[in-house]
Amino acid sequence: MKAAPFEYIRPASVEEARAALGADPDSRVLAGGQTLVPMLAMRLSRPSVLVDVSRLADLRGIEESGERVVIRAATRQAEALRSDLVRREVPLLAAALPHVGHPPTRARGTVGGSVAHGDPSAEISLAATVLGATIHFLSDEGEEEFAPEDFFFGPTVTAAPMGGLLTHVAFPKRPKGRVGAGFREVASRRGDYAFASAGAQVVLDGDGSCTEARLGIGSVGDAPVAVDVSELAGGTLSQQDIQAAVAEALEGLDCVDDLHATATYRRRAAARLAEQALAEARDAALEEGAQ
Amino acid sequence: MRTSLRVNGRTREVEVEPRMTLLDALRDKCGLKGTHAGCEHGVCGACTVLVDGEAVRSCLMFAVQCDDMEITTVEGMAPEEGELGMIQDSFCETHGLQCGYCTPGMVIAARALLEKNDEPTDHDIREAISGNICRCTGYGQIVEAIRLAAKRLRESNVARSPEAAR
Repeated sequence: MKAAPFEYIRPASVEEARAALGADPDSRVLAGGQTLVPMLAMRLSRPSVLVDVSRLADLRGIEESGERVVIRAATRQAEALRSDLVRREVPLLAAALPHVGHPPTRARGTVGGSVAHGDPSAEISLAATVLGATIHFLSDEGEEEFAPEDFFFGPTVTAAPMGGLLTHVAFPKRPKGRVGAGFREVASRRGDYAFASAGAQVVLDGDGSCTEARLGIGSVGDAPVAVDVSELAGGTLSQQDIQAAVAEALEGLDCVDDLHATATYRRRAAARLAEQALAEARDAALEEGAQ
Repeated sequence: MRTSLRVNGRTREVEVEPRMTLLDALRDKCGLKGTHAGCEHGVCGACTVLVDGEAVRSCLMFAVQCDDMEITTVEGMAPEEGELGMIQDSFCETHGLQCGYCTPGMVIAARALLEKNDEPTDHDIREAISGNICRCTGYGQIVEAIRLAAKRLRESNVARSPEAAR
């Protein structure tokens, strides 16, 4: 359980980091290291150079930018969890973050690292997929921007450009109206890799009628997916409506079998979690109106 | 690579390969064997230490990353050589340990929690140690130990952190 030898570089600027990554095709970015270091220890990954970007001030921080909340790549998951801006403007991400690992891994793990790694059970990636966040890279080609559905291909397989550096993820701010979010997952131990997960966001008008509903499923297949529950708009999100919409939306959902759970289990769990996440989102939105 | 590690208030210059984890550097370069090596891939929590006040897994950091960071290990929890800190005492009194392998990690996780929150609910305590595996106690007495330590911290007027008192 010891990593193979590598060279360690701590660049002083984003430009230096980019140059180091571009210079060697076997180099990897080291940010929080909470996924990469176990992979190195198990020798599933043997990079020649690790480029430590965790201290680059230009890659840290959360700020508003027009209609988006920009989270820079090396921002710690714990910082995002503590952020008032995230809680206020990106409630689904705020609901997902407590499920990301454990306090000691969130203290080091980064938002960008979680997205760049492309694990199908990553909660931040699921929130990004449901909300239609954009993923921004800096590479030889200059700045590149990806939509989640064009970025996550399969387990740890992404569209990340060669030698590219993830700079930030931009989440759309919550829509107007009464907004609620819900996030549910099932794992062998809270905070571990989930077998199935669901994230939902709904918007209600003043009468409690739904004007927008979004749902995404993670952990069951090769990548997080957004599914269509737009038919819920116009209704009041009754339990029956939710069940019917989820059943239809998850029809044909790709689920994988592995030693943790069967595809059948994942499909059934995903449906229940999706119903719970939508109900949680509805209740949160109703509560927001009551205040 | 030459790296300067500031551990429990004392700075040590160590020569390490980039691939040496903070865990191995603490144990083998600094001689601080209190931090335990468990799974060495970030699952068990036995190697938890404080880095700049936050509980982190020392097996998931390389020593070369820790330049200028303030590291506290379980050895730094005691006010004096041969004594025990308040959290450690609480673990002893409530039988919060059996084999003791997970204990340094548990104590550090408890300390990270209590620094921020001296009135934790049982939910807060469980969340704080959710990344630490214990195969002996069944966790009940560990939660009890942290509850007791929290009570004593609230009622005492001594400095929270032994190193702050130094």
